[in-house]
Amino acid sequence: MLERPLRVAVVGAGPSGMYAAGHLLNQPDLPFAIEVDVLERLPTPWGLVRAGVAPDHPEKKQVARLFESTAALPGFRFFGNVEVGRDLGPAELSQWYDAVIYAVGAAGDRRAGIPGEDLAGSHSATEFVSWYNGHPDFCERRFDLSGERAVVIGNGNVALDVARILMLPQQQLCGTDIAAHALEALAASRIREVVILGRRSALHGAFNNPELSELGELEGVDLIVDPSELPDEAQIAALQPDWIVQRKIETLREWSQRRPAGHPRRILLHFLAAPLALSGSAQVRSLRVGRNRPTAGGDVEPTGETFSIDTGLVLRAIGYHGRAIAGLPFDPARGVIPNRDGRIGDARDAPAGAYVTGWIKRGPSGIIGTNKKCSQDTVRALLDDAMAERLPFTGTLSAVAVAAAFKARNPDLVRYTGWQAIDRQERLLGASVGRPRVKMPRIEELLGIAVPASATGAR
Amino acid sequence: MPYVIASPCIADYSCVEVCPVNCISPGPEEPGFGRAEQMYIDPTRCIDCAACVEVCPVNAIFDRNRLPERWQRYAQINAEYFQQRGKPGHA
Repeated sequence: MLERPLRVAVVGAGPSGMYAAGHLLNQPDLPFAIEVDVLERLPTPWGLVRAGVAPDHPEKKQVARLFESTAALPGFRFFGNVEVGRDLGPAELSQWYDAVIYAVGAAGDRRAGIPGEDLAGSHSATEFVSWYNGHPDFCERRFDLSGERAVVIGNGNVALDVARILMLPQQQLCGTDIAAHALEALAASRIREVVILGRRSALHGAFNNPELSELGELEGVDLIVDPSELPDEAQIAALQPDWIVQRKIETLREWSQRRPAGHPRRILLHFLAAPLALSGSAQVRSLRVGRNRPTAGGDVEPTGETFSIDTGLVLRAIGYHGRAIAGLPFDPARGVIPNRDGRIGDARDAPAGAYVTGWIKRGPSGIIGTNKKCSQDTVRALLDDAMAERLPFTGTLSAVAVAAAFKARNPDLVRYTGWQAIDRQERLLGASVGRPRVKMPRIEELLGIAVPASATGAR
Repeated sequence: MPYVIASPCIADYSCVEVCPVNCISPGPEEPGFGRAEQMYIDPTRCIDCAACVEVCPVNAIFDRNRLPERWQRYAQINAEYFQQRGKPGHA
């Protein structure tokens, strides 16, 4: 049995990685201690809690306090600004640690695969969300908000988040932690209408009830749903939707029967409406949409009828997609690392002691807490392997040696105290302007605070 | 008055782990967990101990009498979740 602490690296400081760290560090009855190093590509932790959750959902962001309490546990260390693939590879990492858990999420996005998708003014919703949330990789992006109408393709929570942020009154956005550059751009926005397109029937909307209902609570916004696009009793009876889906249909039906109040802004929800092509010379000018109809099997088929929507901004929110890491197996169709109960691949094509959790394990589904269970399952598999001595215990570096090795690879390593300095600074900046925080979106700025002697930060 | 889980819920299920009467659902071992939008409290079994309130990382749980105005409907939603279970086509 192991006579030193079990040393585990977690790659990614988002919810699945932090839940995994929490499960590892809260094991009461093990014959050995556990030490966890969480590695993060950015100088800042918490993944999509910081860069994905909408700024007008501050209550959900409170989960960061749970991650902070995990970070305060003995045995926890944070190494920010370390990227697996850039600073070191999976084989090396596996040598340095007894076990490695990949919790890298799904940084890519799916494409619609339609003509004109690359025109200016056509973006993935991920880009837009990352931009308004101050993700350093997206702070230089520009979105054309000068037209009157935006179109959002997709029917998940991200589609609704994006529509809501585009329609929220400025005085409500001001009180959030939305990135300053986005606040400024949205203040000048002339968009008065957001059209949300769902290819399938409302019975297949991937959005959740809380997010859907919230659209109905927006001040100064009319919600428009065409009753003829909602499923009739026969279609509902054929599909036998569960209670969750029934509630979505009830909400949409209620909106479809409302008379628009003539508010200055409006959101149109179109169902059975498939994007076919974007057109324009350099910039998107319009989107052609095909009307679908439901089939008996529960899917949809084109009716052949089409219509056009004039718009200069098209955001596709049709799903995240995981990215491959060189040196690890990958399923490009599903965008996940193949695994069994969180164990990566089989012994032939993956380093021993390599695991996955979160979206890179199961695909981009569920909400924040879904990852708690997902990570618990992975940690259980890892600890079973450790107890059965199936992990490669020889050659593992000590905590001190591994910290020195990271520092040698990247002098601008961000430690947890560095993140705490960023956090304090952002909150201070926020307090001076009546906002929860003012995010610093530039890497150099973040490093300048987190790593006082930083070469990059000093530039 | 029973407690009610409202819209901030992220399905972290710390509440399920501490509930002494097991009246919060769907927990991580239940089949509906992977698709859960939130957790729900059964108002007919809640004993008002508030143990869940303490552990919720996002402050999503309220005494029914103290539900914020915009989340009033969640009292009904929590109750309905348990009423519809067991019926055909339930969540």
